[in-house]
Amino acid sequence: MPKLTVDGIEVEVPAGATVLQACEAAGKEIPRFCYHERLSIAGNCRMCLVEVKPGPPKPQASCALPAGDGQEIRTDSPMVKAAREGVMEFLLINHPLDCPICDQGGECDLQDQSVAYGKGHSRYTENKRAVTEKYMGPIIKTIMTRCIQCTRCVRFGEEVAGVEDIGAIYRGENMQITTYLEKAFKSELSGNTVDLCPVGALTHKPVAFEYRPWELRKHLSIDVMDAVGTNIRLDSRGRQVMRVLPRINEDVNEEWAHDKTRYHVDALVRRRLDKPFVRVKGKLVEASWDEAFDAVAKAAKKARSSVAAIAGDLLDCETMFAAKKLVQSLGSNLLEGRQTGMAYDVTNLGSVAFNTTIAEIENADAILLVGTNLRWEAPLINTRVRKAIKKGAKVFAIGPEIDLTYKVQWLGNDLGLLGKMPSEVSEVIEAAKAPVLILGPGALKDGHGPALAVAGSFMRDGWNGFNVVHTAAARMGGLMLGYAQKGGIADVITADPKLTFFLGADEVDFSAFAGSFKVYIGHHGDKGAHHADVILPAAAYSEKPGTYVNLEGRVQRADRAVFAPGDAREDWTILRALSDKLGKALLFDSFEQLRAAMAAEVPELGQEGLVRYAWAPPKLPAKAKGPVNYPIADFYLTNAICRASETMQRCSAELVHGEEFAEAAE
Amino acid sequence: MLADKDRIFTNVYGFQPWNLPAAQKRGDWDATKNLMAIGQDAIIDKIKASGLRGRGGAGFPTGMKWSFMPKEPRADRPNFLVINADESEPGSCKDREIIRHDPHKLIEGALIAGYAMRARAAYIYIRGEYIREAEVLFAAVKEAYAAGLIGKNASKSGYDFDVFVHRGAGAYICGEETAMLESLEGKKGQPRLKPPFPAGAGLYGCPTTVNNVESIAVVPTILRRGPEWFASFGNEGNKGTKLFQISGHVNKPVVVEEAMSISFRELIEKHCGGIRGGWDNLLAVIPGGSSVPLVPAEQIMDCPMDFDGLKAVGSGLGTAAVIVMDKSTDIVRAISRLSYFYKHESCGQCTPCREGTGWMWRVMERMRTGDADISEIDTLYQVTKQVEGHTICALGDAAAWPIQGLIKHFRPEMERRIVERNGSGEAPMMEAAE
Repeated sequence: MPKLTVDGIEVEVPAGATVLQACEAAGKEIPRFCYHERLSIAGNCRMCLVEVKPGPPKPQASCALPAGDGQEIRTDSPMVKAAREGVMEFLLINHPLDCPICDQGGECDLQDQSVAYGKGHSRYTENKRAVTEKYMGPIIKTIMTRCIQCTRCVRFGEEVAGVEDIGAIYRGENMQITTYLEKAFKSELSGNTVDLCPVGALTHKPVAFEYRPWELRKHLSIDVMDAVGTNIRLDSRGRQVMRVLPRINEDVNEEWAHDKTRYHVDALVRRRLDKPFVRVKGKLVEASWDEAFDAVAKAAKKARSSVAAIAGDLLDCETMFAAKKLVQSLGSNLLEGRQTGMAYDVTNLGSVAFNTTIAEIENADAILLVGTNLRWEAPLINTRVRKAIKKGAKVFAIGPEIDLTYKVQWLGNDLGLLGKMPSEVSEVIEAAKAPVLILGPGALKDGHGPALAVAGSFMRDGWNGFNVVHTAAARMGGLMLGYAQKGGIADVITADPKLTFFLGADEVDFSAFAGSFKVYIGHHGDKGAHHADVILPAAAYSEKPGTYVNLEGRVQRADRAVFAPGDAREDWTILRALSDKLGKALLFDSFEQLRAAMAAEVPELGQEGLVRYAWAPPKLPAKAKGPVNYPIADFYLTNAICRASETMQRCSAELVHGEEFAEAAE
Repeated sequence: MLADKDRIFTNVYGFQPWNLPAAQKRGDWDATKNLMAIGQDAIIDKIKASGLRGRGGAGFPTGMKWSFMPKEPRADRPNFLVINADESEPGSCKDREIIRHDPHKLIEGALIAGYAMRARAAYIYIRGEYIREAEVLFAAVKEAYAAGLIGKNASKSGYDFDVFVHRGAGAYICGEETAMLESLEGKKGQPRLKPPFPAGAGLYGCPTTVNNVESIAVVPTILRRGPEWFASFGNEGNKGTKLFQISGHVNKPVVVEEAMSISFRELIEKHCGGIRGGWDNLLAVIPGGSSVPLVPAEQIMDCPMDFDGLKAVGSGLGTAAVIVMDKSTDIVRAISRLSYFYKHESCGQCTPCREGTGWMWRVMERMRTGDADISEIDTLYQVTKQVEGHTICALGDAAAWPIQGLIKHFRPEMERRIVERNGSGEAPMMEAAE
């Protein structure tokens, strides 16, 4: 624990800390461009120079200098001031100073720091350097003249994303950051480089020139694109969400978000259901809310208690709870959320949860992936696995071989391997202090039993190494609310309900519900709406407050950012109004009452935080063999919102299907 | 003047073949086993006693550098010796002569030095443009392997030692020790942050010492003739003999081995046939390769050519590449050309050097023609000060020093050009760009 003084303030920092961290501990701001907490230290921007005694009589880069006992640091001396002014002047001589037309303007590190630490004028009268734009794919727009060569994007690609597509070519003042052969940066996490970029060299391509940061209102929310529950911030202007940025949550997403999380927002105003529709003579026609409700009431009368509700992947717990109450009041309990026909035992939620927790994956030393394409199913868990590997973890995998961005020892594509693991693998797992098994959705149906049978070898004192990956944001919440039949959706189909509520459910095989009156309550005109008999337009996740449970069982709440378009309403209000029409009025009149009722029934959903499910795995048939398929065929088009997004379609076409797009010359 | 019997590099002019039999006749590889038999620490002590300072420019005591290496390397983290043959400093050409005419001195030195620092192998990083020299080196290493001098049980000493030759691709910055390690590892040649120093984590993360060719090549002779012999040359703290490379406006440019601390006048008179046009015609000298400040004629004439003597006149010995300029030289243009070199060779990693070298060169070009304002000389000086000491490696310093030397000694000449071109030297009224 070295003790040192910063501008006369004595601080004690943990061993291994840098001088920069010591300065921060002392409450001194150190300007920086290349340094980033989550990336390796480059020390190349030279903005963080401080005076260090004892040491050479020149300023030192504080980001790379280990804090030592008895050091005297000055951050306010004339030498430091001159050094900062000098470096800032150098950074600006070849910077275009086009802040008025720069998308980074208003949230630019270079802008802020030049005001705080710069000289205010330039002595440079020579011609400035210009750099041609580089193509980096459908997500990242580049204006490379603005680049200050901090190499944060390069290091992110290498270290976090594991896709070494970005690098620097040429040298000296001709050095340029570019992607390999100017092809797209093929990472699901590419958008993070835009956040990392301290200047306007990398900006968000889909929203280029659409907004200025100071016009935006910020709303806290939770991402619904996968089951990780990324903490996000929705930035809105007027009635439109303009962008999504990750919030820092060390337990979940650190400070990253994947591209689907960030760039689906253009779809929140496209292909929206903004009016109720009723099917008349085989055709959907616009209707008023009353007409739509009447049609549902008529069907309900006929159906009596033959009612079911299918929950979609993006739903909040409140909607599912309200629908559950409605269906129950009609005398049925046919609730299901696993739309694609997946069925697995949920008698113990611990046996289908991500028990190790996302953050703890970093500390694992042996990892067995079973039928999971983490890169697409949960990219932010994939980054944690990468971190574990950096600390020395070994990774084995069962399933079709794919590029997970790290080195994996592939055991084969046969679930039978679970029962008879090669000895060198079982030895590693046995010897491991923190072994982890990650069971993917592809293997959940057949592999659940066999995986549970070997789960014992992944248990240590105070360590539960059994993990299941889900891909739907609504999954864990739905399971907690009882949206699961023993045989999955097949049980619902067998029961042949006469009236079925599809709550944003678009992945269902609708032909199996031919005999049912289909009510679609959702926000996008996708498959569900096409098959519906009545469409009740609802709110997307950004347009309603809600509770979400991520795959670990972490209960998180999101706020409303904007209001739903047109006649669309928040889902629970639709169900509440409908219940009146059906003569089975639900017992809550406000969102608060709904939440309270939900908390009364499922207390865990009453407060934010990690729910620790009891670990009491059921005894299931442990024999399985045969290959695994990864359920996600296209990372960018997994739900109704993404499919409506132009950006996601473009990403899919280019990054998954390899189509080439001609760039318009500017 | 150094007596012929005291010369280490007896074939520096290539009058004899470079190959192994000829080298053995000159005394190389003679009982190398016995030199090693005195023990690793004893070798280091002898090198320390000889007062040998690194010949690559910085002049760090070689024996001390070796002693930083771990004494008991772990099996998975062997020690490495890296020999810097990326001789790219404008004016320097000594390593070239050693490699093409006396490569076995280097290889034998590599074995002994590597043994002393418990290195598993030596990597010789040779400049890409040295094509013939690399060919000689490859052939010499092959000869040494074939004769059992290196490799398993090298020279029958019981020590296993490999020598690898790696060719660079022509980047000046790869002569910086950590950039060289990056380049050897196959990465972009950009200097690393220090600490950690290479002795702690160098090539492939293993303890590494980087030495200049000349520092390594003199080691066998020092051990054969004893450190006292080596220490008998030169002033205190600047011991030994040194290859001087004199270029420019002397009558006979030459690479010559001389005792350290020889005066500039003696060096030029004895070996180069004097200054072109006589001593009155001498304008300035860059005594240590392009990256040290120039020294005007009156100060250099009787200055001892060693680390401390040249430091006293505000310059440095560097690689002892003496660039002599007589009064026909356009001194501003000469320094401007050096600025261009540094702009061209900056790796671009850190800000002050990347942006500053280009700025300095552009201003220097205007200084050359006088198309500037007198106040810009001060601005230029400040810019050099903003670069110097603020960079990751020493290239920033190297780019700044020649200009600082110019401004210090030849400011009147710079002002004269500006006044001549602009009349009064006042800045013309600038029009604001719209």
